[in-house]
Amino acid sequence: MPLTRRDFLKISSAAVGATALASGLTSKIWGLDGDPVANPGTDGDTVVPTLCELCFWKCGVLAHVKHGHVTKIVGNPAHPLSLGHLCPRGTGGVGLLYDPDRLKKPLIRRGPRGSQHFEEVSWDEALDFTAKKLLEIKEKHGPEAVALFSHGFGGSFFKHLLNAYGSDNVGAPSYAQCRGGREVGFQLTFGAPVGSPETIDLENSRVITLIGSHLGENMHNTQVQEFATAISRGAQLVVVDPRFSTAAGKAKYWLPIKPGTDIALLLAWMHVIVQEKLYDRDYLEQYATGLEELTAYLLDKTPEWAAVETGIAPELIVETGRFIAGARPASLIHPGRHTAWYGDDAQRARAMAMLNALVGSYGRRGGFYLPTKLGVPKYPGVPAYAHKPKPAPDKPKGVAYPFADETLAHGLRDASFPGTAAYDIKGWIVYGTNLMQALPEPRKTIAAMEHLDFILAIDVLPAEITGYADVVFPEATYLERWDDVAVTPYKEPYIAIRQPVVAPMFDSKPGSWIAKELAKRMNLAEFFPWEDAGAMVKKRLEAGGFDVAKLKKVGVHVAPHKPVFIEEGLEPAFPTPSKKIELWSKQLADAGLDPLPKYTPPEEPPAGQFRLLMGRTPTHTFGRTTNNRFLSEVFSENELWLNAAIAQERGLQNGERVWLVNQDGAKSGPVRLKATQRIRTDCVFLVHGYGHKSNGLRFAKGRGADDAALMTRVRIDPLMGGTGMNVNFVQIEKVTA
Amino acid sequence: MHRLPVETVTTRLNHAIDPSLHIWGWEITLYLFLGGLVAGLLILTAALELTRRQRPTSAALQWMPLVALGLLSAGMGTLFLDLEFKLHVYRFYLAFRPHSPMSWGAWILLLVYPAGLLLALGSLPETTLRRVPLLGRLALRIAAWSQQNRSLVLWTTIAVGAGLGVYTGLLLGTLTARIQWNSAVLGPLFLTSGLSTGAAFLLLCKLDAVERALLLRWDLAAILVELLLIAAMLLGFASGGASAQLAGAALLGGPWTAAFWSLVVVTGLLVPLAMELLELRRHLPLVALTPALVLVGGLALRAILLAAGQDSGYRLLP
Amino acid sequence: MSSKRYVMVVDTRLCVGCKACVLACKSENNVPDGYCRDWIVEDIFGIFPNLRAEIRSERCNHCSGAPCVDACPTGASHVSEGGVVLVSHHKCTGCKACIAACPYDARYVHPDGYVDKCTFCLHRVQRGELPACVGICPTRTLHFGDANDPSSEVAQLLRTRRAKVNHPETGAEPNVFFLT
Repeated sequence: MPLTRRDFLKISSAAVGATALASGLTSKIWGLDGDPVANPGTDGDTVVPTLCELCFWKCGVLAHVKHGHVTKIVGNPAHPLSLGHLCPRGTGGVGLLYDPDRLKKPLIRRGPRGSQHFEEVSWDEALDFTAKKLLEIKEKHGPEAVALFSHGFGGSFFKHLLNAYGSDNVGAPSYAQCRGGREVGFQLTFGAPVGSPETIDLENSRVITLIGSHLGENMHNTQVQEFATAISRGAQLVVVDPRFSTAAGKAKYWLPIKPGTDIALLLAWMHVIVQEKLYDRDYLEQYATGLEELTAYLLDKTPEWAAVETGIAPELIVETGRFIAGARPASLIHPGRHTAWYGDDAQRARAMAMLNALVGSYGRRGGFYLPTKLGVPKYPGVPAYAHKPKPAPDKPKGVAYPFADETLAHGLRDASFPGTAAYDIKGWIVYGTNLMQALPEPRKTIAAMEHLDFILAIDVLPAEITGYADVVFPEATYLERWDDVAVTPYKEPYIAIRQPVVAPMFDSKPGSWIAKELAKRMNLAEFFPWEDAGAMVKKRLEAGGFDVAKLKKVGVHVAPHKPVFIEEGLEPAFPTPSKKIELWSKQLADAGLDPLPKYTPPEEPPAGQFRLLMGRTPTHTFGRTTNNRFLSEVFSENELWLNAAIAQERGLQNGERVWLVNQDGAKSGPVRLKATQRIRTDCVFLVHGYGHKSNGLRFAKGRGADDAALMTRVRIDPLMGGTGMNVNFVQIEKVTA
Repeated sequence: MHRLPVETVTTRLNHAIDPSLHIWGWEITLYLFLGGLVAGLLILTAALELTRRQRPTSAALQWMPLVALGLLSAGMGTLFLDLEFKLHVYRFYLAFRPHSPMSWGAWILLLVYPAGLLLALGSLPETTLRRVPLLGRLALRIAAWSQQNRSLVLWTTIAVGAGLGVYTGLLLGTLTARIQWNSAVLGPLFLTSGLSTGAAFLLLCKLDAVERALLLRWDLAAILVELLLIAAMLLGFASGGASAQLAGAALLGGPWTAAFWSLVVVTGLLVPLAMELLELRRHLPLVALTPALVLVGGLALRAILLAAGQDSGYRLLP
Repeated sequence: MSSKRYVMVVDTRLCVGCKACVLACKSENNVPDGYCRDWIVEDIFGIFPNLRAEIRSERCNHCSGAPCVDACPTGASHVSEGGVVLVSHHKCTGCKACIAACPYDARYVHPDGYVDKCTFCLHRVQRGELPACVGICPTRTLHFGDANDPSSEVAQLLRTRRAKVNHPETGAEPNVFFLT
């Protein structure tokens, strides 16, 4: 006979009739104090608008500063990318700014490369030494022998420095290791890459199809905002993913596809749409070429054929194909972002682009917009680069990737092995990218560095790559520096600025200052005629007629809307050779490549092994934030996702620690097992960016497993040289004490 | 589809709250035990006097109210130790919150002292009271009053004692968020257990034969009632709905089952019951072991219910 | 006595469990390391491949019949403006009766000794702002307002959508609602 709380209340109230009075007497008369609402006092004395750099989306934020201390960071309501809201990382900038493990002083290496043995030196000594080394390389091997690896907005100053120095070898892993395949696939089809922010109008989509893209876990603020808006407006999702992602949890259709077979599914969908003439005929007639060739090509790409490959029932393929077409033109096949999976990624992106074309979503509301942007004049009086650099040696000798339109970061690495490429790379400048995790085959990266004359790393934290550098420059965080004016192609034309919120801590310096100081020491001072980046930004803005004071106060300037959709009267341009959407690609045919996407069945994992897939968590940006103690409060290490039935079969317990060993014997650190219903039985999944080895990352070191270390095999995309990385297989071993 | 989640992931990891509640430890165990014991001691001391219609002759009983107050102070000491903000302890006495058993308890504790003191002053011999430094005269006057109004003093002591004993159980029983404590049995159970431990404590002291015999009978009765109450509690768990089943799980096949049955039921109740029966029937001389076991059982009862109950929150339910 | 009833409405269909709410709360309220006032729960139902998920951003329910307030012996836990349940730090002894009384385990002992929990950011609400978690939420999962005002967004959501509370059987009458 449970006594409910209510019973007690009744009894106690009744038993002591006077208690109400007594109670009234108590706090009111005896209590000399009331109950004021406490204020935690985190509002700033000043609130500074700036741009986030926890990832590369560049959301507008408002940083609250109290007594010189950043107390909190919130979204800037005036900024089109944040609209006042932030992803978890945005708030976590404080954890980066006050990370006790930050690089604090310039370092010069004293031990062997990779020994992480450094001496703290003065800026002058470090800058003089660096300039001397870079000039030596230029003297001996020519300026092109220096490559810049860069990720992040602040890299612009080093790109400028390198161009002035005489090299154009700037590689970002965000191309060949990430979104490059997608850009090429869309470029070939529509004549323009998708870019960042992706030129998609998610919020107005009625059906959103995700091919392996895990929006919501992959947390690009604006995109996730629009994704949620679309759902709240009743949009339906088709999610194709071997894993029951967060997005899959919201989908009308979750298709747990066999990894590596997406092209078969895409072709079968197109088969259904073309056979049943569900496509947008007027749109295609007006804007596209190659429908006939495509129709013929698709004849045998039946749902029955694809079912065998993908493991998805043919009826379901037909149903979802019709469903996708049914919502046209506001039916968006999301282009994805990290797409370096299987080595046929540009062709998969082509298939996705073609499917978008069939439903007529490109240039339409709920599909793709054609971005607009504001112009900001260049800084006046900067001389033209004197030297016309040789093309990048980013491919092996005799190899061509005809559609690569950016430099391949891993290609520059590989060119550091003497005699393997058009010419040798002898020096690296690494800005804000941890090549040890950003590139696959980290052992190859270490071997390549053996051949270098000089490595300079500029970073905020002692990422692994800084341990191999000869000189390490501690950069000020984004909250402590100016960067260039941010001009972002978007739905709305706007510009925004990053300005310092607090003074640089320790002996750190803004990248702009470092680049200028190096330029001075290499007789390139004329290329940096501004006093500092703040002055540079001011002058550029003034030259463009912008209100500098207002921009500093608001952080952003949004210009009037211009048409970005056909519905708004925009006449879409397709800058392909035919000036049309190219379903059948003459460019590819001319290059001797498949003019229509070809499906190649993936290699099967050997018995007892699983295909290793990697992805994102909303709380972190690769390994860049995994040392951020504040963010780690809600996600402190990655877990290995393994199908629960398989785990049970193997006697593996949820939560126990395991090692991963890949097909080449590469072994991960111990990682916690997540035995889950949420993944297929033939693959496992890791969030990228864990398993740090740098001693300086005192929080992150040894947490979780590093997927990059297990990516000892890549499959190169013949169109653009991207490194497909989902081609590694791992076996799982119990951690033995 | 399915009603119960197959997997639940939470980001919450608050100290002492997650993954399972663990806010009260040995301090509260000891406090609850001593509270019950003191309640038992006061009630039984008064009851003996009422039954025998004469002031206690044995020194143990004369001093017992003061001993009880000492034990209560120790209990309040451990309660104080458990407070996370000790400087704010005075706040208990700047408020009376009729809906809060904790508040009732705080005030009852304050009532126990004068009651116990009155009882003691009326029991102790005059020679002892004369020796009270400075306040000897006052003590004698109060003692005289206590003796003149003996019946009032005794019944007041019993009432306050009962309040104290029931309160320790009610304190947990009204915290219905802990589904295992959500039982009306808890108040009477803790009171009965308090009486039983009180009797056991007294039986360890030097008493006369009549007192001993009375206490032995009363303890037997208390143990029997306690067994019945425990049976009622467990039956309630076993026959109730999902939440009751879950509440009982810790004691019926869960992590605390072995400790509960061995320490509380067997060691603390069944063995003493058998030994006390033997003693009464066969007039065997009393050994100290029996009351000691009762005390162990009483302590274990509180420790186990406190630990098991804390973790029986709604989070365990779908 | 105000006739407002502040409630939070959580649209589980939109929530991606990104935890921005958790971190924004920690920043706004200076919540110490290792503690949180709000949190994410992800429930998965079913067996591969027939799965369903529900993601909830949870916090103190500011119950209309708050057991914690009843359990508090000193009046530290009290009902403030709009039914918001607060703890006056200067009155709290840290006896933890409220923690045990809370069916939702929403409270914890702050390292400084007092019991702490979500305040619905009443200090912000009083000056017309939204709670920090609501303000940051990139998916606009979280809605906050006065349920007694029929024209408020929360009142409309509660009228037009299917809403539930966590463990209604506690009888505590929670004021955090989950739209499904």
